[in-house]
Amino acid sequence: MLRVLKNVAVLSLLLTALSARAELTIEIVGAGEHQIPVAIVPLGGDEILSAAINAVVVGDLQRSGLFRMVDTVGKTPHEPGEVSFSDWQALGADALAIGSVGHADGKITVKFRLYDVLKKTPLAGEVVSAKESQLRAIGHRISDLIYEKLTGDQGVFSTRIVYVNRNGERFKLIIADSDGYNEQTVLDQNEPIMSPSWSADGKQIAYVSFETGHAAVFVQSVFSNQRKLIADFRGSNSAPAWSPDGKQLAIVLTRDGSSQIYLIRPDGSDIRRITFSGAIDTEPNFSPDGQYLLFTSDRGGSAQIYRLPLAGGLEQRQTFGEGSNYSPRYNPDGKSFVFTHRANGQFYISTQDFQTGQMQILSDGGWEKKPSYAPNGKLILFASESHGRGILASVSSDGRVKQRMYTQSGDAREPVWGPHL
Amino acid sequence: MKKLVISVILVNLLAACASQKAPEAAPAPAPTPVVEAAPASAPAPVAAVAVDALNDPTSILAKRSVYYGFDVDTVADADKGMLQAHAKYLSEHSNRKVELVGSADERGSTEYNLALGQRRADGVKKLLELGGASASQLRSVSVGEEKPKAVGHDEAAWSQNRRTDLNYAQ
Repeated sequence: MLRVLKNVAVLSLLLTALSARAELTIEIVGAGEHQIPVAIVPLGGDEILSAAINAVVVGDLQRSGLFRMVDTVGKTPHEPGEVSFSDWQALGADALAIGSVGHADGKITVKFRLYDVLKKTPLAGEVVSAKESQLRAIGHRISDLIYEKLTGDQGVFSTRIVYVNRNGERFKLIIADSDGYNEQTVLDQNEPIMSPSWSADGKQIAYVSFETGHAAVFVQSVFSNQRKLIADFRGSNSAPAWSPDGKQLAIVLTRDGSSQIYLIRPDGSDIRRITFSGAIDTEPNFSPDGQYLLFTSDRGGSAQIYRLPLAGGLEQRQTFGEGSNYSPRYNPDGKSFVFTHRANGQFYISTQDFQTGQMQILSDGGWEKKPSYAPNGKLILFASESHGRGILASVSSDGRVKQRMYTQSGDAREPVWGPHL
Repeated sequence: MKKLVISVILVNLLAACASQKAPEAAPAPAPTPVVEAAPASAPAPVAAVAVDALNDPTSILAKRSVYYGFDVDTVADADKGMLQAHAKYLSEHSNRKVELVGSADERGSTEYNLALGQRRADGVKKLLELGGASASQLRSVSVGEEKPKAVGHDEAAWSQNRRTDLNYAQ
């Protein structure tokens, strides 16, 4: 009896933690061209835990736009022996997920299996275990497994995002799960915060803070929150971007005149200037192989995207045509980039292929800025606006599925999708 | 002589009015009289005729903001006389320091706007130096689009936010 009571207490704590985030709402519009029909049977075992994990998994898969949830019509197989493939074939499911959840010694353990219903073969089986406080992480892990097995691409549900929350004069730097839940404030102050940037290993973030009286660049550990001021020269210090090997950052300084791009080590040493335009050169972003930088420059009269080979050579303009363009970021495959396109007074999220030079507008237009790719290149996170509030939004890289995440009060700004951990 | 004292008092009164009326538009620095400060209740000493022109709301020095068109960082001709006056004042008051804070409207990226605000502030700094101010009196920074004076997606708000402010150290 005592044991049951203890479990009830733990569960009510979990539920409180979940309901505290109820203010976050997610809207999804559109669907992928070929949606995979999948049946997710709620896990056996503890009903409350099962429902909570099921909600995370179904939410993740739906947001990707690649799956259609098949109604389980009350069928509840939890063990391999309980599965009747013909039943699931009749319901139109291509894949079936079953399993059970247990709760002991402060840990939650899920036994999970995924089947190919048509071939009647197992696709995956895994035991996922985590602390009670990481219930959502278990759900994301299961979603990643399903996504990977059924699409062949790496799942990104377990990754994290960073963004700035602006509420009047108060600024917070927030790290959250990729679905916007599980927010952690890692910096909270009454001076602006801008341009957060993840290191490739996800262990550090660099960002711009105005706490020294002007824009200066800091590097902060995601785990210890220990921070270091790495660039605080006169004028503005900004736009940090990590190299893929984590050994240096590209930053923008005005110490020698206009905004120009420099390389610097994460400890603030070894500064080297690499652009010499005398115009505004800003928003550097390293190619996945570390050989190039994309950046924004107004050297041609309006803000456009340029590419700089780090080994030396010509800086080449990438974007042409009407309007101006900002905030370039490489697709993780290195073959294209995403950026903010401004035309006719509106801001759009656009991509452009390096080989063809073809530009594709992915969003509806409005106040849509600062896009970044998920590490699998399939989704793009960006800042948008709804009813006068800055919100987070995402779009699939083919433009078909869009979602909006309404986070806590204030404006969500400058989101960046983090790497796989 | 009596007439002079009266005009000094008048100037101080006007300064008080002006700073009440528009505290946002021109953050007035604390008055720094050249002579030792007299207690508020005491009548202004005769020697106070050397009033700091910076505290005179009728002076061109009361204007402390330069405004710009979209994506423009050059100072309009109409504002050059005002900056010339500030430059002359700074050259005559070498103990005075001023921070030049550039800002931008929300169109563009935050980083581009930070750079644009910096270029605006640097442009004003250059004009002040050309006018006789010393570089050691000047510090230029940018807040980009991060501290908007006016909020809203329209030209009325944007025009307020495309600015360089001259903030005198107190």
